[in-house]
Amino acid sequence: MTRPQRAFTRYTTANRVNHWINAGLFLLLVLSGLSFFHPYFFFLSNLFGSGQWARAAHPWFGVGLLVSWIGMFVQFWRNNFFNRDDAAWSKAIVSVVKNDDEHVPPVGRNNSGQKAVFWAMTLLIPTLFVSGLLIWQVYFGEATSIPVQRVAVLVHSLAAITAILVWIVHVYAAIWIRGSVRSMTQGYVTPGWAWHHHRKWFYQLASGQRVKTEPRKNP
Amino acid sequence: MSDLQSQDYVRRSATTITPPAARSHEDQVAKLIDVSRCIGCKACQSACMEWNDLRPEIGHFEGSYENPADLGPSVWTLMKFAEYENEQGNLEWLIRKDGCMHCEDPGCLKACPAPGAIVQYANGIVDFISDKCIGCGYCVKGCPFDVPRISKVDHKAYKCTLCSDRVSVGLEPACVKACPTGAIMFGSKTDMTDWAGERIEDLKSRGFEKAGLYDPPEVGGTHVMYVLHHADKPSLYSGLPDKPRISPLVQVWKGAIKPLAVFGIAAAAVFGFFHWVTVGPNEVQEEDELEADRLLREMKEEEEKSS
Repeated sequence: MTRPQRAFTRYTTANRVNHWINAGLFLLLVLSGLSFFHPYFFFLSNLFGSGQWARAAHPWFGVGLLVSWIGMFVQFWRNNFFNRDDAAWSKAIVSVVKNDDEHVPPVGRNNSGQKAVFWAMTLLIPTLFVSGLLIWQVYFGEATSIPVQRVAVLVHSLAAITAILVWIVHVYAAIWIRGSVRSMTQGYVTPGWAWHHHRKWFYQLASGQRVKTEPRKNP
Repeated sequence: MSDLQSQDYVRRSATTITPPAARSHEDQVAKLIDVSRCIGCKACQSACMEWNDLRPEIGHFEGSYENPADLGPSVWTLMKFAEYENEQGNLEWLIRKDGCMHCEDPGCLKACPAPGAIVQYANGIVDFISDKCIGCGYCVKGCPFDVPRISKVDHKAYKCTLCSDRVSVGLEPACVKACPTGAIMFGSKTDMTDWAGERIEDLKSRGFEKAGLYDPPEVGGTHVMYVLHHADKPSLYSGLPDKPRISPLVQVWKGAIKPLAVFGIAAAAVFGFFHWVTVGPNEVQEEDELEADRLLREMKEEEEKSS
């Protein structure tokens, strides 16, 4: 890795490994799950061998995702409390979307969009897990009544659609804000990136620069 | 059951195109179960096992005439026995042959995500094409009558086929063939409805004023109908639903949400793409790096001065 000397660590190795396990499982869940959702997507089940295999595998990916998300939560929850900066940043959302960064108020390590993604997933993944257990035919098909399962399957599909929308926003934002993908693959950002996108975080890091930066410990 | 009549589908699960329907000039069929003539002998159950080569596992005595205790992957029809004390204080033994009702608007088919795993033929029979079944259990949630059962062995859904294999070659279902009292009849739906009318008249003349035909309109009518002495209270017959309908939850799940979600997901992706094309990526400029470096230098110097 050709990491410049002056770079800031944004995501540790543990952060990144966990994130990409999470991303991989999420993608597998989207592909297999969509195949049961609409006939347009049924062909996706062939990626897993057949409809039967997709049906058998999907819940296990889900169990994996819950475990992985617990890891994500433990590592990132501290960085995602909303504060006053978030209100100001959110008000300037039109400027954010237009790349009109002069008019975007400075924020810390995460902006409120990133925090919203975090909390949305924190809500949605356990919802999907619990509703998914209730409709896991092989093991829990007889554990609950059919009316309960009807509620669960509806909740599961609504939560899944919401999660997919959140995920699209998350992925697009990472592509749009250049340098974000590298921060999650190689772990670092340039000081200019931090200054441009997360100015308060930049000052925080700059002031404590002599102490080796450990981003997780920064509130 | 099997894919014997693949050119007379009127409905096919998880399918957005018109199913093959060229050979669909068929009479609608119906099985009529006249509860008032049933003696509870279970010949229909035996005939069903015999014709369809089903052998349910031997279970336990549950304190009831019902045997086995419930429908199952190998139990496609089941006599259900209910003891009812009528208004006069007399015991009535209400025996109902339970199984798939072959709804005109089948909830199982509506809920099924696997293309072609559930089909409805032009004659009205709803059939599970098991090699296409993925074992998800959605049909269980879609069914208003609690009929489909998922096998623990092969993870496929099973239920009564109305002997679609027999009917397709002009035979009556095995249970009809075996019934010794003529309580189970089979024919065109019109004929069966007419015959039921005669039976209901007879029952009314014998004091069952509320006798009637069970052909619930909420599911578009069914291709298995009952003559009931108490048609005003179907639930007396071991919980036959009074007003069976596909659950509104299933209707929402399999109705509006599907196109809306596909549209929403596509719109989000298209919106993202056009944002990229119009507004474009947000890149850190050289000035940002210079400014950041200058600030870092300044802060370092300040720190050194103060220490």
